Amino acid sequence: MSLQSYLVISIILFSLGIFCVLTRRNAISILMGIELILNSCNLNFAAFSRYVTPPDDISGQIIALFGIVLAAAEAAVFLAIILAIYREFSTISPDETDTLKG
Amino acid sequence: MELNPQELVFYLFALLTIASAVVVVTIKNIVYAAFSLMVTLFSVAGLYVFLQADFLAATQVIVYVGGILVLILFGVMMTSGSLDLKLKLERGQLFWGGVVSLTIFGLLLSVITNTPQWENVDIGASQEPTTRKIGEMIMKEEYLLPFEIASILLLVALIGAALISRKEVRDE
Repeated sequence: MSLQSYLVISIILFSLGIFCVLTRRNAISILMGIELILNSCNLNFAAFSRYVTPPDDISGQIIALFGIVLAAAEAAVFLAIILAIYREFSTISPDETDTLKG
Repeated sequence: MELNPQELVFYLFALLTIASAVVVVTIKNIVYAAFSLMVTLFSVAGLYVFLQADFLAATQVIVYVGGILVLILFGVMMTSGSLDLKLKLERGQLFWGGVVSLTIFGLLLSVITNTPQWENVDIGASQEPTTRKIGEMIMKEEYLLPFEIASILLLVALIGAALISRKEVRDE
């Protein structure tokens, strides 16, 4: 249990999230990948707040809280867009919704 | 190597986090992926507890597991039609996605192992609950403005999501 073990967990989550975003063909799976990435960021903030900054300074935790708030707002808008896309195209595959492709 | 109980639980949570994240990324069935994401989020909350971030852990459980995950499951239900929506994977995309994510992983790992300031750093943490401190910092110290901006952002997201997802009314 050290700072580095948290950082290693965090980068594993981060690269798994990147892999998920890059390879999945379903918009909701991509959202799950983004959530993994955001979680790894928040874990980093909390870990640095615990190990590096002074004990009574918990700014890192507050930044992580704001990260959770942003993730909630992002998920809501993301799913609204997915629903709108599904009504329009009857699919949520990012490959098939290519109307803007030149 | 002798592990004390605290370290044992920590490594259990770490293993649970990584294993369930791998399941999220690899499993074909999107509903199973969503439930595996729930395990990931719960065990990240457990890691927050180890970091003396008790309020953050509670918020993680309430917002992520209680809010975002339910939203995701709603999205799955409303867009798939049938629940066993299979996820297609293409071989080339799989290869390049693996290359990119492994490159990022190696890069970050080398940064972590080559930064001597981060080795065995432990400045200590206060043992008292963080709720009071967080409340003071948000409501009367330097984080008041970001807090208000976050509330406006949530309002904007609420209105925007309702506007985007409602049925379009064309009256011409």
